[in-house]
Amino acid sequence: MLGIEDKWVALAYLLCILSTILCAVYGIINWNKGDEDVKSEDIKWVSEEKKVEDEL
Amino acid sequence: MLIAQTVGIWTMIAALAYLFFVLFLGWLGYRKTKNATDYLLGGRTTHPVVMALSYGSTFISTSAIVGFGGVAGMFGMSLLWLVFFNIFVGIFIAFVFLGGPTRRIGHRLDAHTFPELLGRRFQSKFIQIFAGLTIFLFIPLYAAAVTIGGCEFIEEQLGIDYNTALLLFTIITAAYVVTGGLKGVMYTDAFQGVIMFVGMIILLVFTYVKLGGITTAHQALTDMAPLAPAKLTAIGHQGWTAMPAFGFGDIKYNLWWIIISTITLGVGIGVLAQPQLVIRFMTVKSKKELNRAVVVGGVFILITTGVAYTVGSLSNAYFLKNGADITGRVVKTIDQEKGYAVIQTVTKDEAGKYVDDKDKDGKAKMAPVKLSGVADAAAGIVTGKSIAFVYAGYNDSKIIPTFIKTAMPGWFGWLFLLTLISAAMSTLSSQYHVVGTSIGRDVYETYTGKHGKGVGVTRTGIVIGIAIALMWSYYARSGGMIIARATAIFFGLCASAFLPAYFGALFFKRATKAGAIASMITGFLVTTFWLAFVNAKEAEVIGIVQKVTGGKTSILADHPNWPVVDQIVVALPISILVMIIVSLMTKKSSSEHLEKCYGK
Repeated sequence: MLGIEDKWVALAYLLCILSTILCAVYGIINWNKGDEDVKSEDIKWVSEEKKVEDEL
Repeated sequence: MLIAQTVGIWTMIAALAYLFFVLFLGWLGYRKTKNATDYLLGGRTTHPVVMALSYGSTFISTSAIVGFGGVAGMFGMSLLWLVFFNIFVGIFIAFVFLGGPTRRIGHRLDAHTFPELLGRRFQSKFIQIFAGLTIFLFIPLYAAAVTIGGCEFIEEQLGIDYNTALLLFTIITAAYVVTGGLKGVMYTDAFQGVIMFVGMIILLVFTYVKLGGITTAHQALTDMAPLAPAKLTAIGHQGWTAMPAFGFGDIKYNLWWIIISTITLGVGIGVLAQPQLVIRFMTVKSKKELNRAVVVGGVFILITTGVAYTVGSLSNAYFLKNGADITGRVVKTIDQEKGYAVIQTVTKDEAGKYVDDKDKDGKAKMAPVKLSGVADAAAGIVTGKSIAFVYAGYNDSKIIPTFIKTAMPGWFGWLFLLTLISAAMSTLSSQYHVVGTSIGRDVYETYTGKHGKGVGVTRTGIVIGIAIALMWSYYARSGGMIIARATAIFFGLCASAFLPAYFGALFFKRATKAGAIASMITGFLVTTFWLAFVNAKEAEVIGIVQKVTGGKTSILADHPNWPVVDQIVVALPISILVMIIVSLMTKKSSSEHLEKCYGK
């Protein structure tokens, strides 16, 4: 395939492209899914993170 | 001035403008604090493209591009298995399955570092301190791998010596870290990601065009299989488009085990437990951002690592066609019809006499070549074109820099330098951030109980981390896959010591504190034992095994292929088993704590 004789290397070449397509398709299908409400624990976490970063 | 005269004033200006721009972005971020936390604080979402590019530029560094790209130049396209793992495991599995739960549990437990996440889930200060110390001690090794990769390229591109390149590189990195790099300013990381993306696309297109198209290029590489160096064919190399010979129990299978166990599994799985990447999941607003980031993340990894390993391999076909003629004396004919031979390379001395070249150990320098002419018929001196490893001075880390210097237009060398500095800076700044917090927050604050008082220790930790990485980069630099090995050691250690506990923390309520501690210690000990006594390359450098075995470099030296099997293959399954067995034998956490971790 494409000048690569060894099927295992050709498979790796193909899988690189297929897994990228998988990422793209998954991301596009779920583009608007997964919204989450902001909870008090999220706000607490962000405030603490901000404090740590500012000190640094 | 000398550099400006050599490279041209405009390229110098372009490079300096870039550096100032990055530093300016960092400074702007420092002043206006536009990092992930600020977005969350403002109730806004980080743009998924920015998030993905930022993650990608932290994930991929000069270690992957120069180090592993060079290894691909030596071993060939079988390294594409690592690209597949990088995309499928490092992006798809990480973002789709680990990102959401990590963010949720991290926020519930108010964990701000990877060791803190494990420590709080398992209610153990020991776990946090142990993980913090392990990361603090070993991450400089990975930082050194990134640094060496950057310096090898600077040395080649600027024509300066390695130590000057190291000094220059450290100054640039330190300036970047000080001006806000530590804060992970999203736009700087994303800008660096864009530079990397563009640089790698141009490199890929140029390489395929120069070699006459995709199929023609691969075919040329396939056809030159007989030119694989004897040293590599002895361990299983079967050409640059073929997998190495597979089997167990004979050194002719060594290369297969190096490529699959060390490179593909060690690095490919180890990415899941990388502390600097895990904490990124906590800085997103919702699972939606992660879903969207998968699109850009997958493409980014394909273009960066996929291109580096493909071009690294194809550089052999380029040099065989266009490389400078090498002179030498034929010592072995490989294929008379194709004109393939092995030559002892020679140099003409001042008296006009041909003298055999020798390496630094005094051994004869050999080069597999395609014969191109006769230099001196009477003296039996021929000319030929060789493989990338030879043009790179028999140093795999130099293959990518040499190819770019030789094959690509001058301006691209500079663009690529910026690509690599971008790749290095985004990774290094996150590594140094982790170095600092692991010793300041995870070790000092947890041990002393002085919460919020470890800033001084964190800063000192960063300085020590930079110094250690600098020292490693100074002393450890030499061929022999040093960049890939250093990276694989850190990734493998993270996988074996942390991955079972991390998975347990995210998905298994039955996972216990005792199980996590036992698994982490087992993973750590098996890995260090394997490095010191079994894995020949590392054990030889550590130097204890020779005393135990009377001079051998592995306690399993007489049992091939064990001395090249990576520690992850043994340590990870054992640490998973220990995690499961000890957890089942011990009392699970209280239902209140589990409710706090996972919700009702």
